[in-house]
Amino acid sequence: MSAGTAAGLDTVALAAATPDRPQPYAELGLTDAEYARIRQLLGRRPTDPELALYSVMWSEHCSYKSSKIYLRQFADKAPRTTALLAGIGHNAGVVDIGQGYAVTFKIESHNHPSYVEPFQGAATGVGGIVRDILAMGARPVAVMDSLRFGPADAPDTARVLPGVVAGISFYGNCLGLPNIGGELAFDPCYAGNPLVNALCVGVMRHADLQVAAARGPGNKVILFGARTGPDGIGGASVLASASFGGGDAAKRPSVQVGDPFMEKLLVECCLELSAAGLVAGIQDLGAAGVSCATAELAAGGGSGMSVTLDSVPLRDPSLGPAEILMSESQERMMAIVAPADVARFTSICARWDVPATVIGEVTGTGRLEMTWHGEVVVDIAPETAADQGPVYDRPAARPAAQDALQADDPAALPRPGSGPDLLGALLALLASPDLADKTWVTEQYDRHVRGDTVLATPDDAGVLQVDPDTGLGVALATDGNGRYSRLDPYAGAQLALAEAYRNVAATGARPVAVTNCLNFGSPEDPSVMWQFAETVRGLADGCAFLGTPVTGGNVSFYNQTGDVPVHPTPVVGVLGVLDNVRCRLPLAFSQPRARGQRPSDAVTGPFGPAGSIVLLGTTAPELGGSAWAWVAHGHLGGRPPAVDLAAERALAGVLAAAAADGLLTAAHDLSDGGLAVALAECCLAGRTGCRVTLPGDPFTALFSESSARAVAEVAPGAEAAFAALCARHGVPATDLGTVGGDRLEVTGCFSVPVAELAAVRRRVLPDLFG
Amino acid sequence: MTARVGIVTFPGSLDDRDTARAVTRAGAEPVPLWHGDRGLHGVDAVILPGGFSYGDYLRCGAIARFAPVMADVIPAARSGLPVLGICNGFQILCEAHLLPGALIRNAGLRFVDRDVVLRMEHTATPWTGDYQQDQEITVVLKSGEGCYLADPATLARLEDRGQIVARYRDGSPNGSVREIAAVANEEGNVVGIMPHPEHAIDPLTGPGADGLGFFASVVAALVRQ
Repeated sequence: MSAGTAAGLDTVALAAATPDRPQPYAELGLTDAEYARIRQLLGRRPTDPELALYSVMWSEHCSYKSSKIYLRQFADKAPRTTALLAGIGHNAGVVDIGQGYAVTFKIESHNHPSYVEPFQGAATGVGGIVRDILAMGARPVAVMDSLRFGPADAPDTARVLPGVVAGISFYGNCLGLPNIGGELAFDPCYAGNPLVNALCVGVMRHADLQVAAARGPGNKVILFGARTGPDGIGGASVLASASFGGGDAAKRPSVQVGDPFMEKLLVECCLELSAAGLVAGIQDLGAAGVSCATAELAAGGGSGMSVTLDSVPLRDPSLGPAEILMSESQERMMAIVAPADVARFTSICARWDVPATVIGEVTGTGRLEMTWHGEVVVDIAPETAADQGPVYDRPAARPAAQDALQADDPAALPRPGSGPDLLGALLALLASPDLADKTWVTEQYDRHVRGDTVLATPDDAGVLQVDPDTGLGVALATDGNGRYSRLDPYAGAQLALAEAYRNVAATGARPVAVTNCLNFGSPEDPSVMWQFAETVRGLADGCAFLGTPVTGGNVSFYNQTGDVPVHPTPVVGVLGVLDNVRCRLPLAFSQPRARGQRPSDAVTGPFGPAGSIVLLGTTAPELGGSAWAWVAHGHLGGRPPAVDLAAERALAGVLAAAAADGLLTAAHDLSDGGLAVALAECCLAGRTGCRVTLPGDPFTALFSESSARAVAEVAPGAEAAFAALCARHGVPATDLGTVGGDRLEVTGCFSVPVAELAAVRRRVLPDLFG
Repeated sequence: MTARVGIVTFPGSLDDRDTARAVTRAGAEPVPLWHGDRGLHGVDAVILPGGFSYGDYLRCGAIARFAPVMADVIPAARSGLPVLGICNGFQILCEAHLLPGALIRNAGLRFVDRDVVLRMEHTATPWTGDYQQDQEITVVLKSGEGCYLADPATLARLEDRGQIVARYRDGSPNGSVREIAAVANEEGNVVGIMPHPEHAIDPLTGPGADGLGFFASVVAALVRQ
């Protein structure tokens, strides 16, 4: 029996009369203290539907109860900026990019659903983040995904990875959003807990900004989109079976099922409704479904709301009020609409075949009230659910083993010295799943739909044209390195930020704002809490220094198998602006061409002289957490590369100015695998060779992962101007050699055909995953 | 006189906007046509764009062929109106029996997004007149159900009558029989193509501008009329 059946209906009146009735709060993931607090707030025991509502709203996922005290730093330390039209606390942050345009972007995790049911878990991860963007009034224009799995050759990875990729492909392609980038990495720590983080970016005019607030008593509350079913019940809390008021447990799947076709209709419908001026307030339904949408809209507007739960259109008529409140059925939105606009609102929905139902109205009572069969089943102050959840300052302690880990320096590892050995080390890196060709994955994603994709994987950042008339565009990159964060979570967070910032800069864009998805183990483990605290502190400090505010983000705890947490894995997304996307820099070294011509431009004239290759930044012997140490020795220890944010800022300044002035034909950031892998990637993307001479010790020059570095291909004739630009910004620039030929040639070390590098990388993922 | 090219939006159409951009770039006026409306508003040609009409939930194109607007498109196509179906539009034209054959799941069972080189073999249609015979063009293939099939008799007829518009130069990326990427009806006014010429109209956002020829061709053909 579920809670909704008439016989077992729990009402506010009944709750007041039966204060001692036992309630299954523990099964719903609430602690004794949390349950007591609910009783105190209400002045009585909660009804079953109220208990359901609080359990999901006060879940870690929705309330951020363990992370809240740390996340405040993002606002407290935020750099002063006029670029934010909406910041943290909204469905997604909104950034002014000029010319009257604003961009909103956010990244969110769908880790646990993707492990349980990889295809639907990943698919609905895309769907959920797209609705967040839509709720801000923006048109979603692209997605990215940041994926981490267990060892590539582990049997379970063969189950999870193809399903996750297929789910993202299915949902994103059908929805018509280009997939322009992301990450794919493997590590044993993710074997029982893959990370699936999805990012969406949307574009709007300033005037299109929507608010998530129910204001104006008498305004109607409209639920529109898919009907509510028994899927994803309690997905946000630990609940897997809804068993209220005793009786049989009705097993409800806690993974949602996605319908991208409905989401496509919902997107077009929402944008038409907004353009027609019919939306007074709007909220997407994601985690915690109707509970979250009603509580947050009511709390945001501060005036109260009444809802007739019987009006919610159902896929399964046996659902009761508690299940309706907890269902996470996908492809639903909630809008606040003036009574005079309801008819036009529903007629636009009908044109898009989107069901729309008035389920309540805004009141002046300050209360969130809900009825079922005419009886009051919910009567709460909405802010107690939305904003006044529990806040925990959990114990945090630096793990004892951290010192030993940092003392285990990779300097002691045997290194390749001879030319053939150095080449062997490079080939081993290129054949490792982390650095192999990702075409097997990215070919399953539509990168072209909407016709505005300027750069996509394997380029350093995805670049989109926003206004074809002016050339205004944006660049987006996500990065995170669990190994670095494991060694030093404060530095790891800043290195993730620095890499994403550098990736955006490498396309010629100006980095302006940050989003993040923080993937961690259990917050109840003091070591994990210390990692988390250090990560947030590092990221907030880094953003303050770089002048890039955090606009929003997501925290995912409990990523662990048994007692073993995943590496602390902050995934940082950076948004950049390009005033003219035609100035963008690809990573591909170019066939020799005249100055100003770009790789994709039709080459009509005779080829010009070869471009020269310049290394930007300073290289130190830094191999802690490096790809080389991991691939060659399975070693993780020491300290990650030093962070130098001033150098990152200077490097980004050089790249943006050089791109705008047409001084460069290609640029690529240095990260995993150092200069060796970066040169190989530039050659492979451009189907051309290069000849370089290394400064200093060849091993360090090739494989160190010192931060704040990039390689650039200088347009023939622009060498002096570029050198002067680097000098002006204080960025060290080292001439390495020239582009050309069909081999990667390192003077005095090795010479290898680019075709051989391609062959080594190409088959890795197909051989593993079919 | 500016040519007017109708572009149908079905529920789930995705490349309608991109197609409109290509039509504009070719010098014609794109006219949006809504799936639920009757009438073609006097357009000179019609394009059925790519996407996932009705979610492709029954069979690609199987529901869209019954859309109200198709009740006007189908007889107009039979009377000689130039009609181009791209990707999902190709599937709809096959379901509507305006083109022979069918499109099924890719041989690899996965969606494929890849630049492909096509060899143009039938340049006497209103959509391909600007290309040279055997010209090689680079366009974008992006589809999950792009494997073209037809029975041997139909294939023989297509070959004999020169109705194969384009083939994949480097082997079939999706299992299409005889590397067929695009076909025409016997009269040549109806063409279906699986890859996307509208995504190859500007080197900034695609592999080049080779695809613009489809849209420029129809503009030229309409002017000649």
